[in-house]
Order: sequence, then C-alpha cells, then structure tokens
Amino acid sequence: MNLLKALWLYRGFISGSVKREFQAKYRNSLLGATWTILNPLAMIIVYTVIFSQVMRSRLPGVDTTFAYSIYLCAGVLTWGFFAEIVGRGQNVFLEHANLIKKISFPRICLPVIVILSAGLNFLIIFGLFTLFLAVSGNFPGWVYFTLFPVVAVQILFSIGLAIILGVLNVFFRDVGQLFGIVLQFWFWLTPIVYPLAILPEKVKSLMAFNPMATFVAAYQEVLVNGIMPNWHHFIWIAVVSLGLCIFALRLFRKRAGEMVDEL
Amino acid sequence: MGTIRVDNLGKAYRVYGGRWSRLAEWTLPFLGPRHQLTWVLKDIDFTVHTGEAVGIIGINGAGKSTLLKIIAGTILATSGSVTISGRVAALLELGMGFHSDFTGRQNVFMAAQLLGLQGEAIGRLMPEIEAFAEIGDYIDQPVRVYSSGMQMRLAFSVATAVRPDILIVDEALSVGDSYFQHKSFDRIRQFREQGTTLLLVSHDKGAIQSICDRALLLNGGQLAMEGEPEAVMDYYNALLADRGNYRVQQEKQEDGKTQTVSGTGEARFVDIALLDEQGQRLEVAAVGQPVTLRIRFRAEAALPEVVLGYQIKDRLGQIIFGTNTAYLDQPLYDLEAGETVEYRFSFHAALGEGTYAISVALHTSDTHVLHNYEWQDLALLFTIINQGQSRFVGSTWLPPVMECFR
Repeated sequence: MNLLKALWLYRGFISGSVKREFQAKYRNSLLGATWTILNPLAMIIVYTVIFSQVMRSRLPGVDTTFAYSIYLCAGVLTWGFFAEIVGRGQNVFLEHANLIKKISFPRICLPVIVILSAGLNFLIIFGLFTLFLAVSGNFPGWVYFTLFPVVAVQILFSIGLAIILGVLNVFFRDVGQLFGIVLQFWFWLTPIVYPLAILPEKVKSLMAFNPMATFVAAYQEVLVNGIMPNWHHFIWIAVVSLGLCIFALRLFRKRAGEMVDEL
Repeated sequence: MGTIRVDNLGKAYRVYGGRWSRLAEWTLPFLGPRHQLTWVLKDIDFTVHTGEAVGIIGINGAGKSTLLKIIAGTILATSGSVTISGRVAALLELGMGFHSDFTGRQNVFMAAQLLGLQGEAIGRLMPEIEAFAEIGDYIDQPVRVYSSGMQMRLAFSVATAVRPDILIVDEALSVGDSYFQHKSFDRIRQFREQGTTLLLVSHDKGAIQSICDRALLLNGGQLAMEGEPEAVMDYYNALLADRGNYRVQQEKQEDGKTQTVSGTGEARFVDIALLDEQGQRLEVAAVGQPVTLRIRFRAEAALPEVVLGYQIKDRLGQIIFGTNTAYLDQPLYDLEAGETVEYRFSFHAALGEGTYAISVALHTSDTHVLHNYEWQDLALLFTIINQGQSRFVGSTWLPPVMECFR
C-alpha cells in the first residue's frame, strides 16, 4: 500500500520521465516523433514483403499470403516488448546512480518508468500492427481482446525479472553481460521465427518450461489462428509471474540500502 | 515541524575480501558472513530543534557528507535512527543529479518533480526559479554546457523554490561566486526567520559563525564536540594540527567564552601583554593609539625553527588582522632548550569601537598545521573606545581626508 501511495505522490516525476525519455530519443532529429511510427512500419513492411512475397514462406496448416508475416510480427513484437523491459530494467539502477545517490525519492518509481516507457513504444508499434491487420483483412475479431490479460501478465513477468536482474547487476556487473547472451539463446529457443510444429516431440514438451514460449504462443494463436490462448498454460504462467514479482520486490527491499552504498 | 532527531546513528560499509566473496555470502549463507564492516559513522546523537541552524564541521573524510546523506534519506543507516518531521530539501554535492543532455528548464522540471511537486505548481514557480538563478538564456541549453557554478545556481534555486521545513546544504554553496553566495545566504536567512531548520556543512568559518546557532564537530566518524560555533571552530583548528603527543584543552572563561589551548608544548607562551607608549599594560585603548603587543615565550626543548604568529579577532570571531614572523621574513632558528624570547609588535590600533581578542601561536613554517608547538585562542582581550576621533562605524579605522567641491 505504501508502495502505491509513493507512486501516486511521485506521479509527476514518473509521467515526466516517460515523456522526457520519449522526447530524448528524437530530440535532435528533424522528423521528431514521426520516427516512432516509421521504424516499426518499416519493420512490418520488410517482414511482409520478404516473407510473403519474396520467400513465399507458408505456415504449415494456414494458407493465406500474410500468415507467416503475421506469425513473425506477433512473436517479434512481443519479444521486443519483453526484451526492452528486461534490458532497460537491468541497467535502471546503474543508469540513475547519480539521481539515487543525491536525491531521496521512492526508488520503485524507476522500474515503473521503464514499464511505462516500454509500454508506450509497444502501444505505438502494436497499434500500427493492428491497423495493418485490419487493413489487410486479417483482424481476428473479438478474440483480439483476450490479448489484454496476456499483455498484463507478460508485463508482470518482465518487470519481475527486470528488477531481479537490475538489483543483481548493481552488485555483480557480470549479470548484465551474461543476460545479453542468455537473451539471444532465449530468442532462438522460443518459437518466434520458426513454428512450434517443426520441433521434435521431446523438445516440444520442454517448451512448457519456457514462459516466453507461452506468451508468444498466445499472441500467435489469437492473431494467426483467431483462437483464444490456452488458458491452462496461462494460469500456470500467471502464478509464476506473480511469484517472480513478489520475489523481486522482496529482494529489492532487502538490498535497497546496500545498493546505494555500492553505486 | 522541522525537527531532526538522530539517535545512536552508525553507518558501516561492507568490505569484501575478494571478487567472489559477496557471491559466496549470498549463495551460501550458512557459511556465515564474509565481509568486514568499515564504520564511517558511529554513535552519533543529537537533536536539532525547529528553526535552529546547526553547522557541521570536520576534516575531509570525517563523515559529514555521509551524515547529511543519511538525514536527507539517500543512504540507509546501519544502526540507530533518524527521526524527521517536516519536508526536507537537500542540496548534496553538486547538481542535484541533473541530467546533462537535457536543458536547464527540463532539469528544473525533473528536480521539482523529484521534490514531489506536480506540473502546474512547477509551471508557476518556474519564472521565479529562473529569475533567482540568473543564468539567462542558458536555461534552455543542455546542462552539459553549464559551468559548475551555474549548475549550483540552478540547483539551489530549485531546491529552495518552496520554503522547506528543513534545509540541508552540503558545501554546495562554496562553488558559487561571491555574488551568488551572498544571494543564497540571504535566502537562507529569510527561511530561518520564517522558521526553517538549517543543517549546513561548510569549511567556511565565516558562514558557520554568522548563520549557525550551534556547531557539531565530527572527527573520525564520531561526534567530537558540540556547542557554540566559535568554540567548536577553535577546537577544530586545533584538531587540524593533531599529531602524536598533542594536547587540546578548552576552558570556559569568566565572560562565558571558551579558550582553546593546543599544541605539543615544545614551546610555551610565558606572557602576552598589550602596552601603551610608556610600557604600561592596557585593557582599553583609544582608536588610533600607538600600542605594542609584547609576547614572551620559552622553548621547552631544542627547536630548529620557531614562527610566532598572532591574530586580532572581533567579537564575532572574524579575523581583523593576522600575521606571523614567517610572513614578516624573520623566523627564528636553532633555539636552545630553556631559552626565552621576547617579541614586540608595535602598531596603531586602527580599529573601530568594540572588544577584540588576540590569538597567538608558535609553530614551524608559515601555518600552524604542520607542527604546532602552542596555539592559544583568546589569549588577550582588549577594548577599543573612541576618544577624540570623529564618529564612525565598523571594525576598522580608515580616517579619510575629506575634500568637498561645490
């Protein structure tokens, strides 16, 4: 409760920081915020043109022009959101060392800023993607809205992991380096570029232990096949995410004082 | 509102034996701790009441900044507690964590948000912050092009835009030019009159003595002394020379002032007197009267070099004049044990009305820090009265030759 109260009191700082970060990215550019749209747009176009037109990739079982592009975008965008939160989160305390050492404010604001600013980017890019689905006649209908709880749980999972890595990274700088490598393997161990179906049975069953596979699969099922996510898998992942978050907050609380000494 | 209570406060940093020790301690807790604690603050107890101004002094590394950071809430105490009532504004070190790529204006917004202010309120305060900082068009330039003085101006302006219940200032002001120092001290004085509690770290004797009601001396992470600023400052000066077989002694005198005597005792003052032209001792002198300061001391041991110095201070403890035999190019060399030396310094008492004190010191080279034989504060008190000169104010007598044309 104290946590929420502190966040509310510092809402000005949080919203201000998100705004500043957004502006900072395009500060010295002529087109400014247009780049926020141009970048993801280019990515969506590249994927669609290359895979559906040039390589003529087809998903097994789905025979529409854009199926593979949508499959790919669903996975890559989701992964991008996750990677942004975790990547920024693991450095958030180091990055703001100057602030943390000089000013007394609720430190928990920092991860919240990470979520909001990554969320803003995701909102823009996913909005564009949704627009593309609608225009190309691939909008899945009401099932689309089942993605909201998926996103919520994904954020919970990402930020839990991010805070844990962020705290550890202050004490052991290796964590940041190591996780960069882990993230690459993790990406290719998740069915994003390739479909789950091409994996051998043994490996397929292991995917249940990869939380990102569950998230990505949920998006893919909704957006490509127009069916609801597998809620059984999902409840399990929601519990894991919640547990991760609680653990992260406890670790953060326990080490917050020592962290400032170390920065 | 505006009280600070520090109870039995301690701060220790963990020092680990090697790179892997922390990991081992975290992952194998049953093997026990693998770090040592280095205490930088220990057993600190004090209370600051509402509206009081307290100065903290001490040599570098005495723990002053650490103490302020704990009170300001940026670092956590290892033991003990700090209880604070009221809103705190803290100026720790330089810049308030300004972000160098953003403009001054954006940083002001961020800093104000970090003080818990919301958008509209900051917008309202902005013109005043800008006006107080007086950095002109730089306000819309990125902070990386600012000089450290400009950053400090902006930081001070933001931190004090709204009167806090408690203001904590850590030497930040020393970066500014004297114009801004005056301006910021004026603002601090205003706040004090309105009831703000002030906690100040400074090496500037004048600042501590003119603003603070009380001073705390930190030495080696512990509270070495607490009391009236002038007495604490004198003690601090003595401690600066703290080496080996050294004693520092303070005595309350009849008039309530505290006299500090310190030094190794290898040379001792025997007699200090202010004389008139007939050689009679004086306690009261007239403005401009020729006087002689006679100082006798004895070398208790054979000494290769002795420098004698004196300072005349006004009733606030500000130094009006000071010199020594090294400045005057006449240090003494090769004194024998038991030898007594007499110095006479003759000058006109070109001082304003009031009481003055003389501090004397015996040391080597040209400051008392290197090797201090004996240092006596308030060694002699005298009063200046105005007899026969035209009226004037101030502590120095600078009689003008007046001409008037019309």
